[in-house]
Amino acid sequence: MNPANYLILSALLFTIGTVGVLVRRNAIVVFMSIELMLNAVNLTLVTFSRINGTLDGQIMAFFVMVVAAAEVVIGLAIILSIFRTRRSASVDDVNLLKY
Amino acid sequence: MTHATLLAAAGEITSTSTGEAAVFWILAPIAVLAAVGMVLVRSAVHCALLLVANLFCVAVFYMVQQAPFLGFAQIIVYAGAIMVLFLFVLMLVGVDSSDSLVETIRGQRLGAAIFGLGFAGLLVFPIGSAIDGGSAKGLDKANEGGNVQAIGRLLFSNYVFVFEAISALLVVAAIGTMVLGHREREGGRVGQRELMRRRFTEPGRRVTPLPGPGVFARHDSADTLGLLPGGGRASGIGGIPGIPGTTEESSVTDLPGGRAASDTPGAPGTPGMSDGRPGSAGPGGPPGSRGPDRPGGPGGSTPSAPVPPAPTDGAAADSGAGGAEPVDVNGSALAGAGKGEER
Repeated sequence: MNPANYLILSALLFTIGTVGVLVRRNAIVVFMSIELMLNAVNLTLVTFSRINGTLDGQIMAFFVMVVAAAEVVIGLAIILSIFRTRRSASVDDVNLLKY
Repeated sequence: MTHATLLAAAGEITSTSTGEAAVFWILAPIAVLAAVGMVLVRSAVHCALLLVANLFCVAVFYMVQQAPFLGFAQIIVYAGAIMVLFLFVLMLVGVDSSDSLVETIRGQRLGAAIFGLGFAGLLVFPIGSAIDGGSAKGLDKANEGGNVQAIGRLLFSNYVFVFEAISALLVVAAIGTMVLGHREREGGRVGQRELMRRRFTEPGRRVTPLPGPGVFARHDSADTLGLLPGGGRASGIGGIPGIPGTTEESSVTDLPGGRAASDTPGAPGTPGMSDGRPGSAGPGGPPGSRGPDRPGGPGGSTPSAPVPPAPTDGAAADSGAGGAEPVDVNGSALAGAGKGEER
């Protein structure tokens, strides 16, 4: 097995995450799809780190993990505050700035 | 020497070990299936669980690819902390808030599927064509003193400013979450005095404490008795026919005062005790109604009632006491059960 198979796998996972962001209407599930995409990119970084023989890819994946944690915290707080005012977690109901 | 042996001599890997291949071919389909299921499943909680499965698979991939620190960080941070946060918010928002199946943009799902296929082809086929000459240098040299030590050394030498910026980002995220999640309290603080006042003045509030554990009573006053272990009532509530537990099981039950709980509904001459209510039976009854007839009527306690103590047959007890019945009621010919209800 070639190590680059991990790249194909992460490409597939990234695509599935993208489709999830496009299709789903629940804001929390949209966030989960974004997490899936970030993980796919992390897998790519780790694989490239192994292919290149340096640890810089792993450091990058570590930073991506930290940024993802911060992003999830802020995003879920935004979802909660939207839910408090609109009583809904659907992305369709947040349309006050639409027209 | 062939090309492969040359590469191997240079410390490069063109093909991984059999164990790694087995791990990959077992876990990669699971990861992809979990991801697809996460997109397709309707319930958000199921989505979260499938995402956890996917994250675990990716963590195993990290460990297999000589990145054990990232693998464990993945399990601890992602599958642990972040997913717990997701589930918290899910429970706060409401589990049943599943997606609506209505497409707000027409043809959106079809378009998304076509886009996904095209995107996957765009990503996968160049990689697949590049795989042929792919070779990995491996991390054996970089990981020499241990993966965690090597990462730490790199993090605090080359990447130290990035590290500081990331820590500032975390602080900003924490403060931002607090600002977003904060809510001003409406009205003043509710103290103990206010709570007590509310307890007694608000309509519909229960002043007394609830009955203790093990007491299966809907009410804790003496006129409503609890349930028996078998599910029947210790004393019939009005002797309603057809309710399980109001028949023979409870009709032979002795109540603490020596009274028989007889709830045969239309039993002739049930002496007013079928309800076990103080208002209709002995001590608490209106004194004027039965005072002249009963010897111990107004002041007498329950055991001195004309019913023989602890009768096992409700009907026999009723017939024994039935003679006093027409006299007992002041003028009105009421059945036993109805008499209890009437007062």
